[in-house]
Amino acid sequence: MNKLLCECGHENPEGTKLCQKCGRPLSEEEKDKKIADMRYEGTAIRSKTYNKSIIDKVWNFFSSVKVGIALIIINLVVASIGTILPQEFYISVATDAEKEAHYSDVYGWFGEIYYALGLSDVYSSIWFQVLVLMLGVSIIIASIDRGFPLHKSLKNQRVKRHASFMKRQRVIAEGQPAKNADETLALVEQKLKELNYNVRREDQSILAERGRFSRYGPYVNHVGLIVFLLGVMLHLVPGFYVDESMWLREGETRAIPGMEGYFLKSDKFILETYDNDPQGEQLKQGVNVVAKNFQTDVTLYQQKEGAVAGQADDLEVIKQYEIRVNHPLKHEGYALYQMDYRLNELKSMKFDLTHKETEESLGQLTIDLTNPEDEYELNNGAKVKLLAYYPDFSGFKDGVPQTATASPNNPAFIFKMFTSEKPEGETSFVAIQQTLEPDGENNYKMKFVNVETRNMSGLTIRYDRTLPILFVGGIIFMIGVAMGSYWNHRRIWVEQLADGTVHLAAHTNKNWFSMKKDLDKLTDAAHLPQYVDQQESKIDEQQELEDK
Amino acid sequence: MSLIDISGNLLYIAFFCYLIGTFLFSGAIKEKNDTAASRAEKFGKVAIIVTIIGFISHVAYFITRWIYTGHAPVSNMFEFTTAFGMFIVLSFIVLYYMYKVAALGVVALPIALLIIAYAAMFPTEVSPLVPSLQSHWLTIHVITAALGQSILAISSVAGLVYLLKNVNTKVRSFESIAFEMVMFFGVLVIGFVVATSTFSAMNYEAKFEYVDTLDKVSEVTYTMPAIFGMNEYKELSEDKMTPIKAMPALIDARKLTTVFWSIIFGSALYLLIRLVFRRSVSSMLQPLVKRVNSQLMDEIAYRSVLIGFPVFTLGALIFAMIWAQVAWSRFWGWDPKEVWALITFLYYAAFLHLRLSKGWEGKKTAWLTVIGFLIIIFNLVVVNLVIAGLHSYA
Repeated sequence: MNKLLCECGHENPEGTKLCQKCGRPLSEEEKDKKIADMRYEGTAIRSKTYNKSIIDKVWNFFSSVKVGIALIIINLVVASIGTILPQEFYISVATDAEKEAHYSDVYGWFGEIYYALGLSDVYSSIWFQVLVLMLGVSIIIASIDRGFPLHKSLKNQRVKRHASFMKRQRVIAEGQPAKNADETLALVEQKLKELNYNVRREDQSILAERGRFSRYGPYVNHVGLIVFLLGVMLHLVPGFYVDESMWLREGETRAIPGMEGYFLKSDKFILETYDNDPQGEQLKQGVNVVAKNFQTDVTLYQQKEGAVAGQADDLEVIKQYEIRVNHPLKHEGYALYQMDYRLNELKSMKFDLTHKETEESLGQLTIDLTNPEDEYELNNGAKVKLLAYYPDFSGFKDGVPQTATASPNNPAFIFKMFTSEKPEGETSFVAIQQTLEPDGENNYKMKFVNVETRNMSGLTIRYDRTLPILFVGGIIFMIGVAMGSYWNHRRIWVEQLADGTVHLAAHTNKNWFSMKKDLDKLTDAAHLPQYVDQQESKIDEQQELEDK
Repeated sequence: MSLIDISGNLLYIAFFCYLIGTFLFSGAIKEKNDTAASRAEKFGKVAIIVTIIGFISHVAYFITRWIYTGHAPVSNMFEFTTAFGMFIVLSFIVLYYMYKVAALGVVALPIALLIIAYAAMFPTEVSPLVPSLQSHWLTIHVITAALGQSILAISSVAGLVYLLKNVNTKVRSFESIAFEMVMFFGVLVIGFVVATSTFSAMNYEAKFEYVDTLDKVSEVTYTMPAIFGMNEYKELSEDKMTPIKAMPALIDARKLTTVFWSIIFGSALYLLIRLVFRRSVSSMLQPLVKRVNSQLMDEIAYRSVLIGFPVFTLGALIFAMIWAQVAWSRFWGWDPKEVWALITFLYYAAFLHLRLSKGWEGKKTAWLTVIGFLIIIFNLVVVNLVIAGLHSYA
């Protein structure tokens, strides 16, 4: 590796812009500048030094701030495109064909194109994830590329800097102190200490520094982001993340999906509404117009040790809880959320076995629609057999009744009625407002009496082990951002020559206004010559030219 | 007078204080000769005092409404937008004491005024909270996010002052035209306010029946004469304007009509200004900032982003994620508002990185802050009102 030898005798690694020891400009480009480039302290950065092998090229690509910004902008634009139309997961249809139909029905040709381009599910698309991943890689590489050299040079700062370094800072002062010239450095030191600077002095040179740790802010927040992204990626690892849902009817006890050995009983579902009238935009938008509270009162059970999986006979009560929105039931890292509800689902139907002509009743039977019995015994030895049950009757196909779902939305039954009059039995197909008698005219019928309904809660079961990681990532990020934003790194170099002339140079990474306030105080206390902002004078000149 | 009436009146007081404050601040920087210097200082002092009185009244509105409703008044469009205006004024007052630049007031206060006027166009009734909003996170998340956005908005105030001073309005260039467009956009907001208040003063109301995207028949009430009709509309009110053109179901013709009227009123207003003064709006305002230090403006713009960015991240992303985890079982769901909070975050992250590159100071920074403000306004207006999602309230 080539070394760059500075006039002062210090050996600098290849790529160094400002000598690590004295601050003299080393590269030709740097020598031409009026104000030194103080980013990364002029140290050698890997990406700016090597560009030969493939690895160098990849490294340089990802470490570039320009590439990083481009990646941020691309991610931003892609994310915004995904908000033009609702994403697929907000549309309550199941199959791809239905989704496609939905987009073209509701949004016309634009929806068709949107769907065809995959923009309707853009956030789960591979290429979006690749973009995010590239941003993550860029954050890591850029941080390593710049963070370590920066740290090294901040750690090994020399107090005394070469005149060319001092002259090429943005804010400088040069001249004789107005008075007390022999005390100048003592006064400078004292004042800067008062202003909470760390002051180092070597012979006739002073380096005062404040808020150096803020330079580490960006690197800390990048670490936080990486931890956060890692946490997000852990969702894909089995065991870190459970996302299940269940429908639970009032009075029902069910095994909780994804939560081994636990059962949940819904004691009651409550929907409360405000009794006032919905107003204004709220009414127009129709979003949860009057809902005040959705709540499921539940009992959480656990199987006793050694029980067979799924066995629900011997359960231990763990706790009772009212699950509401914003108040999930939490247990052992699991959380159960109130997400959805369905009111007045059919629970049971009551029929009367009646003689068609005499209207004589042989007794009533109640069919539990989620768990119907096969046979119902009635008075006088009469009985009804349930030959078939279709919870969600959707019509006949090839003469066979069909059911669309397993939910009792539109129950239909095939009964066989055994009576003393017809001991061999009569068959009847009964659906809502429809009765068929396949074997010819029956003597008896199943007369509908009434129906009982109940409510259903839609619950979501989550288990997310990554939350603590995400939380830590978020906190590290916030600490880093605060470090970098709310503090700034200020440095003042002062040197007094033998003839009493004072050279001053000042640099800060941001907030020059406050820096100058410090300098005003310092100038005043140590009677220093007035400093000038070389950049400001440049702007003023420019402006005067423009005005002319 | 009930507490809610008192609250409403306090907001009026705040509004007028900011209005007076705007004129006083313009008086403070309009200085013709040296003897006027002390007079300018006096103007500045009175201006900031009036602004502070307005702000106190604004806070009092906030607190009395909070007491009346029993929850932080940030739960609908009216409440959120007035709170946003309040935090902009707060950020301005803090900034004024940091940098003592009166010119900032001439831009910041009108922006706050426009925002409050815009808020007042929404229903001001107290509405009860739906279950998902019944959480302390409503207070924590929304107030922090609004505060962060307002600090970021202040950066665009400094950016606008910078551009006002440094864009050469006498020459026709892409830049001067773009800047005049920004001014025009401001006039359009006034147009919206004028249009809305004019028609509501006339008690205009027209009812229509229409067929929505899912082929259901619904009813809609226009508060402005219908230019555009909803899909397969049928007039229910008599003697009201018949829409000129029917729109397909996908487009909310009622909102489109509002936008149309705002543009009509705003453009008319803009033309009137141009005809009366025979100058572009930007060149009219330019003398106000003649003595402003450009570099200081650049620094204020950058610094406001630095201060606002962490606050925004905390409020609009981190607190939002915590709440989403509690209420909806997931910390992130790609809801449009969530996405736009992320976009705002990414935008300002890009801004801060660009600032590292050489040359992205001065005018470039100023333009970036103005674009940032447009994103924030887009997030407030379009994402809440047009794009469907969990935040489409108001």
